[in-house]
Amino acid sequence: MNTALTTTIGQPSVTSIAFFFLFIAVTLAITWLAARKNRSTSQFYAAGRAVTAWQNGLALAGDYMSAASFLGIAGLVALSGYDGLIYSIGFLVGWPIIMFLIAEPLRNLGKYTFADVVAYRLSQKPVRIAASIGSLLTVCFYLIAQMVGSGVLIKMLFGLPYETAILLVGVVMIGYVLFGGMLATTWVQIIKAGLLLTGATVMTFMALSRFGFDVTALFTAAATRYGDKVLNPGGLVSNPLDAVSLGLALMFGTAGLPHILMRFYTVPDARTARKSVFYATGLIGYFYILTCVIGFSAMVLVGREVVAGMDKGGNMAALLLAEATGGTVFLGFIAAVAFATILAVVAGLTLAGATTLSHDLYANVFRSGRSTEAEEMRVAKRATVGLGLVAILLGLAFKGQNVAFMVGLAFAIAASANFPALLLSILWPGTSTVGAVASIATGTLTAVVLIVLSPTVWVSVFGFATPIFPWKNPALISMPAAFFAGWLGSVLVPDARARSHFAAQQIRNYLGVGAE
Amino acid sequence: MYAANAAQPDARRFAALVRRRWTVSLALTVAMLAIYYGFIVMLAFRADWLALRLGERLTLGLPVGLGVIFASWLLTGIYVRWANGSHDAAVLHLKNAMQEGGE
Repeated sequence: MNTALTTTIGQPSVTSIAFFFLFIAVTLAITWLAARKNRSTSQFYAAGRAVTAWQNGLALAGDYMSAASFLGIAGLVALSGYDGLIYSIGFLVGWPIIMFLIAEPLRNLGKYTFADVVAYRLSQKPVRIAASIGSLLTVCFYLIAQMVGSGVLIKMLFGLPYETAILLVGVVMIGYVLFGGMLATTWVQIIKAGLLLTGATVMTFMALSRFGFDVTALFTAAATRYGDKVLNPGGLVSNPLDAVSLGLALMFGTAGLPHILMRFYTVPDARTARKSVFYATGLIGYFYILTCVIGFSAMVLVGREVVAGMDKGGNMAALLLAEATGGTVFLGFIAAVAFATILAVVAGLTLAGATTLSHDLYANVFRSGRSTEAEEMRVAKRATVGLGLVAILLGLAFKGQNVAFMVGLAFAIAASANFPALLLSILWPGTSTVGAVASIATGTLTAVVLIVLSPTVWVSVFGFATPIFPWKNPALISMPAAFFAGWLGSVLVPDARARSHFAAQQIRNYLGVGAE
Repeated sequence: MYAANAAQPDARRFAALVRRRWTVSLALTVAMLAIYYGFIVMLAFRADWLALRLGERLTLGLPVGLGVIFASWLLTGIYVRWANGSHDAAVLHLKNAMQEGGE
């Protein structure tokens, strides 16, 4: 078909700028409305716990569907076919796990952060310090990956210089969180999720219209042009243990991401939390199916050579397809949606990081829970600005670096440092303070050290010939190590007081009695 | 609304509720793990099964991949249905009994 496609990607178009400013105007108006309510910590951290199941489902999906997963997975499918689908499935299967194991206990036992749950019947200070480190590391690595990705992407989309793009994202994101808190951040996620799902649905519809709405015809065309191998698994799962390790990190890491876990405090009760995960799972699964069709359509309608020629990672596949099916107006819309996606995800991460700093570290550790609400709010706002500036600086510092491993690292730490301690404190009466701290410390250290020694950093970043640790993802080692350390610490230094409080924790956990 | 140590739920029925909750959750978790890792292990060891032809060009791999997505929808759906129904009713019953000062 049209392999000699000329593209306007990279030149700022009137439509993309118009859609982008419309998005900014609407979201800032919402922020302004939200700011009038934004006086209490319960408003700032949890949107007054008044978010409905559908709204939270969309916001969870919004937090999870990053520009990297939209553009990256569509590109992976366009360039390698079936392997892209395998990759996206890994990102979905963590959601049922969140639902079955932690959504309801998290909602009933905590107030604003998952550290509330881990520290519920343990010594507050050591557990909160350890949980904050796990939480902040996850947020920071995720944030670096998103910021660097956004700079590169905006440069490619609009022709803006990298530094200007980073500053723009940082300043707008600080504005949302600082003035609008969780309520504005939630609405930004809802609008962005709606736009992204609508855009992807329209693009899929237009692409499939070229094949008479016959998906089989699309796959047949792809296989005819590029060979049967695009419909079959390729090199992604070459080492079974590595694949299982990556699968563990994705599955249980999702259940340990602070910005996702925090959303469960925005709904009124456990029943709403559970329904919202059901909606989120449906929306995210639907989104990955669309992304897969978009990738195959880009392969056929745009051509692999063109996709790889624009960007060797394939990140421009969805945008090239938007232009091929809907012209420059549709391209402008999808480019603006991609930009909105970046803004929304970094806002969610920054809010989660700021909450850890102000609620866990300042209010509960530094002031031993004796600070006033006004003092905590002041610190939360300063933390937002501080973290926003850190995000901008990290984005500038990592310019041109290979940061692809950082999302994997964030998931590995979330699965190893955050999830085991959370599950142990919910389920096992014997969990002691020393056990929880040992679990978080072991999970964090093992994950970080093994990633540094793995092919993704030791070979791809440092340039050594052979990795010391053979797998790309450490979760298969670091997650069991964290559970073992949690058990060992609890057995060696038991905590009679924590054990005696387990019965009361269970009543609150399963009946919601006393839940905030 | 509730004093910390005042009311206690009926111990036997509460224990049964907790046990039933985790039986359902863990069964569904195991099902999800089995489906996902079954898929990964098949990719790693019997990738040729996924390359089986279904039609002229279409292979078994695409419907199997879609099947994993449908399975995660189905399993979360089953959980929500169970939890919103009989589980929530049992929770409400225990809570009401607690407020009345036990049975």
